Amino acid sequence: MAETVLKATRESFGEALCELAKENKDIVVFDADLAAATKTGVFKKAFPERFFDCGIAEENMMGVAAGMAASGKIPVAASFAMFATGRAFEQIRNSIAYPRLNVKIAGSHAGISTGEDGATHQCIEDIAIMRAIPNMVVLNPADHWEMKEATKAAIAYDGPVYIRLGRLAIDSFNDPETYSFEWGRGITLHEGTDVTVVATGLVVNESLKAVRELEAEGISVRLINIHTIKPIDRDIIIKAARETGRIITVEEHNVVGGLADAVCEVITDACPVRVTRIGVQDEFGYSGPAWELLDAFKLTRPHIAQVIRDVVNEK
Amino acid sequence: MDRSELTQLRILAAKSRLGAVIGTYHAKSGHPGGSLSAADLYTYLYFKEMKVDPAHPDWEDRDRFVLSKGHCCPSLYATLALKGFFDWEELCVLRHIGAMLQGHPDMKKTPGIDMSTGSLGQGISAACGMALAAKLDGKGYRTYTLLGDGEVEEGQVWEAAMFAAHHKLDNLVVMVDQNGLQIDGTVDEVAGIEPLDQKFEAFGFEVFKIDGHDFEQIADALDKAKAVKDKPTAVLMKTVKGKGVSFMENQVGWHGVAPNKEQYELAVAELEAEIKRLEGEC
Repeated sequence: MAETVLKATRESFGEALCELAKENKDIVVFDADLAAATKTGVFKKAFPERFFDCGIAEENMMGVAAGMAASGKIPVAASFAMFATGRAFEQIRNSIAYPRLNVKIAGSHAGISTGEDGATHQCIEDIAIMRAIPNMVVLNPADHWEMKEATKAAIAYDGPVYIRLGRLAIDSFNDPETYSFEWGRGITLHEGTDVTVVATGLVVNESLKAVRELEAEGISVRLINIHTIKPIDRDIIIKAARETGRIITVEEHNVVGGLADAVCEVITDACPVRVTRIGVQDEFGYSGPAWELLDAFKLTRPHIAQVIRDVVNEK
Repeated sequence: MDRSELTQLRILAAKSRLGAVIGTYHAKSGHPGGSLSAADLYTYLYFKEMKVDPAHPDWEDRDRFVLSKGHCCPSLYATLALKGFFDWEELCVLRHIGAMLQGHPDMKKTPGIDMSTGSLGQGISAACGMALAAKLDGKGYRTYTLLGDGEVEEGQVWEAAMFAAHHKLDNLVVMVDQNGLQIDGTVDEVAGIEPLDQKFEAFGFEVFKIDGHDFEQIADALDKAKAVKDKPTAVLMKTVKGKGVSFMENQVGWHGVAPNKEQYELAVAELEAEIKRLEGEC
């Protein structure tokens, strides 16, 4: 197992783009005055002729990216998740997704771990918004290595993709030697029989720590990492529902419209079992240091472990 | 432009208007008013101005046209059919289930349509992207986009205008069909946009004001636009909504309703008489 890398997925994304752009001359990057924060700034430095700052004008940025894609380029349009998917929702829907143009939308500073900036900048609805648009792929990688592979896959795919990036530096848990990103396939990180935890993004590692802690207590938990929220891996979820009889979802997103609902949609018509939804409970965030916020919203290891214990004890 | 060339363009424009009437009648819906005001421009663009190849609608080096006021597509479809992109008969099933011709332009369904549009304010941004791509690739194609005058009330139009000027997109021509009417009334009554020329000038555009039904003025403005360097061009066209069908002219009520059978026959008779008259001039 390689050494743990402490890095925000936005940084991994910026690095991956630069590596890919060396080979692929069609990649162009747009940002809306947040290049230093979304980390497209590293691309700007490496490929200034292929980087375009659109200024604080996200709606136009999405439209320009669409026009570029219609002319054969592979545009990446980056902003904070809030402004990319919120402000420019309808441009993404009508100018990008409807004509199925090859634009990659990167939403950084997603979730409450954006921290001190507070609720206006903590996007907890982006997965729900993007998931509801036909033709759109939704990716939410969980660590440095997964983000690099997901970015590679997103660029290789011909069509619109939303990719969720985090601000907070987090530990990697995947092993680059063995890791493989399969489009639309969940990854079983831990085998178990008592209950299944389905997690996505930043909280996958917290879930993994919780699952390992519980193993010592004799609780057997299956953990599935869903990096591709749409199209979702139906098979792995249905199998888990059948074999463990109970599911817990974990996401740094509103429990309305995100991973929880995506999982429920799958099992409702295939194998209905009870689902406990860990996430932001349909409320706005507030200012504070990221880890303190994650803890306050019960998205850290001890809280996740306690919910799992309660669910297993209930069974 | 000589007299016979002008007459030919007028015939094609009258046929484009006829197509808009046929299309909206058979669809029992659609937007005849703005389709009729823009028909002369479409005709000039596709028959005089733009490098396009109906046999190869995706030809990389073609000039691009983005209909930012997407609802005015019936006459654009008619012009594309006249140019040979698809059969004229398609107009008779406009907006029908399974039709190639959608209620608003769809680049994936209709040959010759360069961008899917319909939500106002968005097409101009896509046009900026196409013009920027041409610059990046060192290609000579030009990009044209047509906006409605009501459409410029959308904030995105001005984001795009700033972008176009900042990136010195002198290969982009933004045209505004100033027929003066929008759904809720006159543009002046609803949310005035004037002085539009000064607005575009302040946003860094070279501005031409013309009569949008005068082919020589259209030709002159688009020719001059080619000589403009390091900034985009805006062509503000004074037009008449419903132009060419007497009872539709300047009537706000003809923005988004189809003619009934009686109105359809009347409109067709007027336009066919005009075509016949023009053909007599040849």
